[in-house]
Amino acid sequence: MRRDIFQAIADPTRRAILSLLALQAMTPNALAQHFDSTRQAVSKHIKILTECEVVKQKQSGREIYYHANLQKMKEIDIWLDQFRKQWEDRFDQLDDVLKDL
Amino acid sequence: MSNTVISKDLANKKLRVTRTFAAPLEKVWKAWTVSDLLDKWWAPKPWKAVTKTMDFREGGLWLYYMLGPNGEQFWSRVDITIVDSPNSFSATCVFCDENGTPNADTPPMHWFNRFKADGENTIVDVTLSFNTEEGMQKIIAMGFEGGFSMGLDNLEELLAAG
Repeated sequence: MRRDIFQAIADPTRRAILSLLALQAMTPNALAQHFDSTRQAVSKHIKILTECEVVKQKQSGREIYYHANLQKMKEIDIWLDQFRKQWEDRFDQLDDVLKDL
Repeated sequence: MSNTVISKDLANKKLRVTRTFAAPLEKVWKAWTVSDLLDKWWAPKPWKAVTKTMDFREGGLWLYYMLGPNGEQFWSRVDITIVDSPNSFSATCVFCDENGTPNADTPPMHWFNRFKADGENTIVDVTLSFNTEEGMQKIIAMGFEGGFSMGLDNLEELLAAG
């Protein structure tokens, strides 16, 4: 299965997790309290997010904290820039067509 | 003339592209709906759009392919669903073979294209939407148009280089 930023944000629960972690690092328990789903379901999403490299785990004393890897999330913007460029190229050509009409 | 504006609403499976053109509405409408004209601009260089059939009306079909610099062909079918000439049209786009038979693996992408006169200019407002999150993700991963634009592989190369 593909593991990238788009996979990471494809699910609404994963987007919610990322929104929370973007604000602050959280322990698995603290995170699970924000969701109605089971702890296992949240763990499963965390596993996918970790594999997509948008979430990192750090040990702090006896607790594990999840952190959002914001650098990785910039990939979306890079992709959108490419998307924009594609449309700009296309529209520049449309400008030329319109001049000749 | 004006810059292309992209707004993303990934949670609602939508992407929106807007741009102003220095031409009257009827010309812009023509450029979007007449295949001879579409073929001149639809494919970003060095690709070319080549129309096989165009029947621009509600229920009609535009069948075309993107021709790559190495002879690659990516066929698409655009089913035109709603036409409100010259203000807007809606269509659904899927990848297909040269006979227009849809490729079952590619999720449909919907267009809602609006055209609005603004003095001498025309504002074009394109909304791209997807049925499912998975569908959007797949199209994004394919770089939207089946390989002629930048896919994720290229993105990875770009990130590795950058």
